[in-house]
Amino acid sequence: MPRRTPLYDAHRRLGARMVDFAGWEMPVQYKSVVSEHEAVRSAAGLFDVSHMGEVELTGPGALEAANRLLSNDLARSADGQAVYSGLLNERGGFVDDVVAYRFSPERILMCVNASNREKDFRWMTERTSGVKPINRSDDYAQLALQGPKAAAILQRKTAAALSSLRSYRFTEADVAGVPCILSRTGYTGEDGFELYCAPGKAEALWFALLDEGREEGLVPAGLGARDSLRTEMKFALYGNDIDEEHTPLEAGLGWIVKLDKGDFIGRAALERQKAEGVRRKLVGFELLESGVPRHGYSIVKDGTAAGVVTSGTFGPSVKKPIGIGYVPSELASEGSTFAVEIRGRPVAAKVVKTPFWKR
Amino acid sequence: MAEYPQNLKYTKEHEWTRKEGTVVVVGITFHAQEELGDVVYVELPKLGSSITAGSPFGVIESTKAVSDLFAPVSGKVAKVNEALTAAPQTVNEDPYGAGWLIEVEPTDPGQVDKLLDAAAYQKLIQDKK
Repeated sequence: MPRRTPLYDAHRRLGARMVDFAGWEMPVQYKSVVSEHEAVRSAAGLFDVSHMGEVELTGPGALEAANRLLSNDLARSADGQAVYSGLLNERGGFVDDVVAYRFSPERILMCVNASNREKDFRWMTERTSGVKPINRSDDYAQLALQGPKAAAILQRKTAAALSSLRSYRFTEADVAGVPCILSRTGYTGEDGFELYCAPGKAEALWFALLDEGREEGLVPAGLGARDSLRTEMKFALYGNDIDEEHTPLEAGLGWIVKLDKGDFIGRAALERQKAEGVRRKLVGFELLESGVPRHGYSIVKDGTAAGVVTSGTFGPSVKKPIGIGYVPSELASEGSTFAVEIRGRPVAAKVVKTPFWKR
Repeated sequence: MAEYPQNLKYTKEHEWTRKEGTVVVVGITFHAQEELGDVVYVELPKLGSSITAGSPFGVIESTKAVSDLFAPVSGKVAKVNEALTAAPQTVNEDPYGAGWLIEVEPTDPGQVDKLLDAAAYQKLIQDKK
């Protein structure tokens, strides 16, 4: 029996097509993936991401405990800052990728992937002493309002001064009368916000925002558009592009690894990998012939298996078939060419600069 | 747009066919394109190649999924819709018109008549829902 978010009825009423995603019954699209994708790039889209989980560390030592678990450095950030980070295993591989919200050194809230909610909570509980992680996943619904019109729409529904809330900063404020954690973050490459609220208030907030933004082109957007938008930005999707067997250094996420911050789980492995050199890298590529690269397709060079495609789609904004995949480091520089095997046929591809999409 | 045009014959795999003189035009149904979502790529057979009823003759890809196209009849490919290479979304916009896929010279012209009529196909879809 798949789980449902508090917005399930709202999705049905809006005519969404529902799919199973990590055990959750989620809207994949309302009208069409491409139209929702384009709305987010040109106006705004509203996503239900309530399936994401939250784990909280509270009390003296919370920041230090989080910093032992995470690859990025919360000590270097300020209160009110959101920090993208790896939650790594001893081999440096991703247990998950998370966004950690620093309310204060004594309160850290981590947003985790839906597919990893239980695993992450267990992982953190087993490896944290002094502070006890609390699974807050059922206490929050999460809505993502994304797009160039997002700020204007949201501002009419809240007293919080959005013009002074910078990217990757958050605050607590009422939105349409609903108490929220209001974070200027997202997964689309557009300006936007993620709003965490009580599950019982999610539907009121959802429709208040949709009504407010309708005239400016705000539409409900599903997981299909979320995926094509993030792929055009080369934002990693856990389980596709990153997993326990791949490290942030391989995934091109070296910036979320702070080796100089003190010890954290996975650090020794990453130091070793850095010293020895990274052998494979996650690159963005486009196809030079027609076709669509997909997760799991082989990457071949001179007839020999060389890597694997981790994500791919026809990019609705870039209007090209684009993909993300791991290749040997010698094939990772911009302009390198290889082939993607599509139904037994090698299709030429070239490594390009990412993000694929720039406004 | 009529979702189940009366003048067409259908397959359980959601292809439609239309006899035009000696050839059979093939496409996917309104229901099929709706299920697929935005079509981003269509892979069609070469001109002159042979296709076999019930076997895949091509591939259609939407933003999310890859699906086989199944031949409604056996025969030789007489024409392919080249316009879909540049504008695959035509399959969504006009599935029974400009979004056609191929024309086939059927080995057995009588084969088309054995396919589902509009009423039978419509019932198939409604039973599924």
